[in-house]
Amino acid sequence: MKADFITTKLDYVLGWARKFSLFQYPFVTACCGMEYMSAACAHFDIDRFGAGLTRFSPRQADLLLVVGTVTQKLAPVLRKIYDQMTEPKWVIAVGACAVSGGIYNNYAVVQGIDKIIPVDVYIPGCPPRPEAILDALIKLQKKIQNQPQAWKWREKLKK
Amino acid sequence: MEGKAKEMKQSSAVKLLKEKFPADILEYSTPFGDETLLIRKENIIKILKFLKETPELEYSLLLDITCVDYIGQEPRFELIYHVYSFRLNHRLRIKTKISEKNPFIESSTCLWKNANWLEREVFDMFGIKFKNHPDLRRILMYDEFEGHPLRKDYPLKKRQPRLPGAE
Repeated sequence: MKADFITTKLDYVLGWARKFSLFQYPFVTACCGMEYMSAACAHFDIDRFGAGLTRFSPRQADLLLVVGTVTQKLAPVLRKIYDQMTEPKWVIAVGACAVSGGIYNNYAVVQGIDKIIPVDVYIPGCPPRPEAILDALIKLQKKIQNQPQAWKWREKLKK
Repeated sequence: MEGKAKEMKQSSAVKLLKEKFPADILEYSTPFGDETLLIRKENIIKILKFLKETPELEYSLLLDITCVDYIGQEPRFELIYHVYSFRLNHRLRIKTKISEKNPFIESSTCLWKNANWLEREVFDMFGIKFKNHPDLRRILMYDEFEGHPLRKDYPLKKRQPRLPGAE
């Protein structure tokens, strides 16, 4: 029998497509940025996992990487950038500061970006190794593959 | 360290200052080999100007302005200028006391441009007000922030989130 067709689920195909075409917006505020740069460049090469195209506009991105300390002064900016991103969107908190405020438990620093925006994957470390960033990306891809996908006719089909 | 510091030769700047402004210099010390002068607040700009503009001294670089809060003492604050002379390859530390009730001092922006941001930082963190400063606003904290966080009586755990819920 000739195999001219495959059977699959739309959710699965969408998840597969989405997890390998992550357009990242690096919100880099501190020293973790160095590790992110290393992860993004040739040596560790984040492009191997389909996240090679860094967008410097949140409107073109679907993965927000919050890399570094977020201060109270910066909090509204981060929220605005998250709001500007188009759906579907995911967030990775890179490094101890973004995860929990890190060593800075003081008047100036937000104690973890999850106080402001939802976070999908947390990467601990001060700073985390580039491998940890790649590991987080793979974990996020697994999450994207397995989560229910939003698509235009889903609501229509339900009716 | 202390004994060695006492043997240190006074720099030409200190000698000149002691000649020119004997009434304004309250204290001279050399902690860890750095010459430090405690100056009366009223003539601070005159003295800084003398240091900067005297041709044989030429302390043309203002390295830093900072402040210490000695809570419980009177006067409470100590303002510290670090100046550097390329001509003499010499650093000098100028201190002056500021009371809590009258936290005003003349701005040194008329001498050094970079004093603008340094003084804004001191204002932001300690609430020292600089007279004749061109733009005395907060520089690190946001405008809605209340109080001055590096004052010792700012509560350690006090948070003022800019977005609700973001402690």
